[in-house]
Amino acid sequence: MTHKTVRIGALTRVEGEGALVVHARDGRITGLELRIYEPPRFFEAMLRGRGHTEPPDITARICGICPVAYQMSACQAIEAACGAEVTGPLRDLRLLLYYGEWIESHALHVYLLHAPDFLGYDSGVAMAADRRDLVERGLELKKAGNELITAIGGRPIHPVNVKVGGFYRVPARRELAPAAERLRRARDHALATVAWVAGFDFPDVEHDYRFLALRHPGEYAILSGTVVTGDGYGPVSGFEVARWPDHVIEEQVPHSTALHARLDGATGYLTGPLARYALNSARLSPLAREAAAAAGLGRVCRNPYRGIVVRAVEILHACDEALRLLDGYAEPERPCVPVEPRPGVGHGASEAPRGTLYHRYRLDDGGLVAEADIVPPTAQNQARIEADLRDLLAPRLTLPEDELAGLCEKAIRNHDPCISCSAHFLDFRVNRG
Amino acid sequence: MVDRAPRLAVWKFASCDGCQLTFLDCEDELLSVAARVEIAYFLEASSAPGPGPYDLSLVEGSITTPEDLERIRHVRRVSKRLVTIGACATAGGIQALRDFADVKEFAAVVYARPDYIATLDRSTPVAAHVPVDFELRGCPPDRHQLLEVISAFLAGRRPVVPAHSVCVECKARGNACVMVAHGTPCLGPVTQAGCGALCPTFNRGCYGCFGPMESPNHASLNHWMRGLGMSTPELVRIYRTYHATTEPFRRAAEEAQESGEEE
Repeated sequence: MTHKTVRIGALTRVEGEGALVVHARDGRITGLELRIYEPPRFFEAMLRGRGHTEPPDITARICGICPVAYQMSACQAIEAACGAEVTGPLRDLRLLLYYGEWIESHALHVYLLHAPDFLGYDSGVAMAADRRDLVERGLELKKAGNELITAIGGRPIHPVNVKVGGFYRVPARRELAPAAERLRRARDHALATVAWVAGFDFPDVEHDYRFLALRHPGEYAILSGTVVTGDGYGPVSGFEVARWPDHVIEEQVPHSTALHARLDGATGYLTGPLARYALNSARLSPLAREAAAAAGLGRVCRNPYRGIVVRAVEILHACDEALRLLDGYAEPERPCVPVEPRPGVGHGASEAPRGTLYHRYRLDDGGLVAEADIVPPTAQNQARIEADLRDLLAPRLTLPEDELAGLCEKAIRNHDPCISCSAHFLDFRVNRG
Repeated sequence: MVDRAPRLAVWKFASCDGCQLTFLDCEDELLSVAARVEIAYFLEASSAPGPGPYDLSLVEGSITTPEDLERIRHVRRVSKRLVTIGACATAGGIQALRDFADVKEFAAVVYARPDYIATLDRSTPVAAHVPVDFELRGCPPDRHQLLEVISAFLAGRRPVVPAHSVCVECKARGNACVMVAHGTPCLGPVTQAGCGALCPTFNRGCYGCFGPMESPNHASLNHWMRGLGMSTPELVRIYRTYHATTEPFRRAAEEAQESGEEE
């Protein structure tokens, strides 16, 4: 009987801190844990007793990489609880801000975190020593996203201009002009990025994913929509965001490191770029659709390594759509709609760069938060990432451990996990009784 | 002179990753900084962590677990200079709100099996445990200030980071005072500068994400903000957010509570 344990002590080039432990016996995997050792921060508990205006700023602090996602899901949940809705030009401004975050976050992942895996470097900085032109292109793209967020939100990390009901101040058209100018160059860079990453050497792997994403009738959903699930080929089933708690259940598995989200009783679904693309690719901008076809993506992409191509296509779509909105931008007449607090429950969901991010709040008689519930994308994906790893490792257990560790890290990075986000409700201490 | 590039390390404790991202957000400067230093340890950006000692360690995040208490001591031991970046590392951060509550109850609200969770009762700044060479404020820090801090330590000098209030920055930008002009409550008078008076520039009151300035007069500000219609619980909450356990903001919230009871 032979035992083998593979450990990756600290995952690198991911957001937040985690580790992986795999146990095998007689050539079979007996245990696999994507372990989160991010300290818990108790956001849902801290939010109780705060004013109905406060969750967007407070929950932004869950994740410095995708604060806008937290702000948008929080705002929409509270507006739903209060019977308010942000529409028209104000909603367009929210979309613009969110596209900025997609560009920034995806460019960071594609160029600095993920591409080095395909080209044999330890980091984007190391890659810059040989291919400075490429890294500079990535940084320019990232900067275009950050400038768009800054023009609307004040700063790229934890923007200050988002409020329940809209914004504190809407930017004048001329204030957005420099960001638009940079985005035009960024769109060319994004096109080049799709072609570049499409040429990488991808392992020949496909998984039978069950996908979950928002769907919007007129958009490649980012800000809002109904929840749809399916494999990308067959029919989809769907439900309203307000029915989320009826369909998605978080479960703490005994002696495991993580809560696993179950979708209608089944564990291991996937949210994020592959899911959005499989369920919504027909709604991409024409330019992004063309680029995706030229990159050989097909209608559904089930190879997680090619997630980098889907992210590049989403960067292009975000640049393209942001430019369309900026070209048609007229300053909204008022910066926000009134949102009067009232007792009740509201649900909100949006597509963070890493996947669907759900918030629920219950407000009390005094307009204070009585309950908060947040389901971040990485927590939903954790079981599926573990399944990817099992499939990867099962036939390769005889390989040297450092080689296995390297392969696992790459497979995890495919999903751009945001461990900081998931940590606030993932258990990181195992009871090994 | 040592003929080698200074070795830089970036460490993460309880936090959102935003402060280390601030470093990666220096798009124009990142590659030139990277050329002047050896980025020896930076898990978020590189899969080739090198062993210490390090010339400069940037630390993000607060201390909230028994393991992290040990780890920050290790970081201090292997670092010639240790600089905290951001509100969590410098002041305990948003998660320090647990200090005003029962952390076991907090854990029970969030986790089905709170007994699996190992956490400390309080979220503390790095300086509560080890000597710190410089504390950079902000939730998140300003990237120009971050670059100034890195450049200063590489050059062996103190960083130039002003300790005056946000009001000074507002005046410099030519903003109308949001309290005077719009009747909007604002923490600017008691908050340290550094952001460029962002919130007032967006017609919003400052919410104190850079923490208390050097000599805040919160009694006067509380009086003002009450006059603008803020209730006692609102006053307490505005101080108890990102720098809740810093002495000035802790006292400001307590005095708001006490003066609220007198009324």
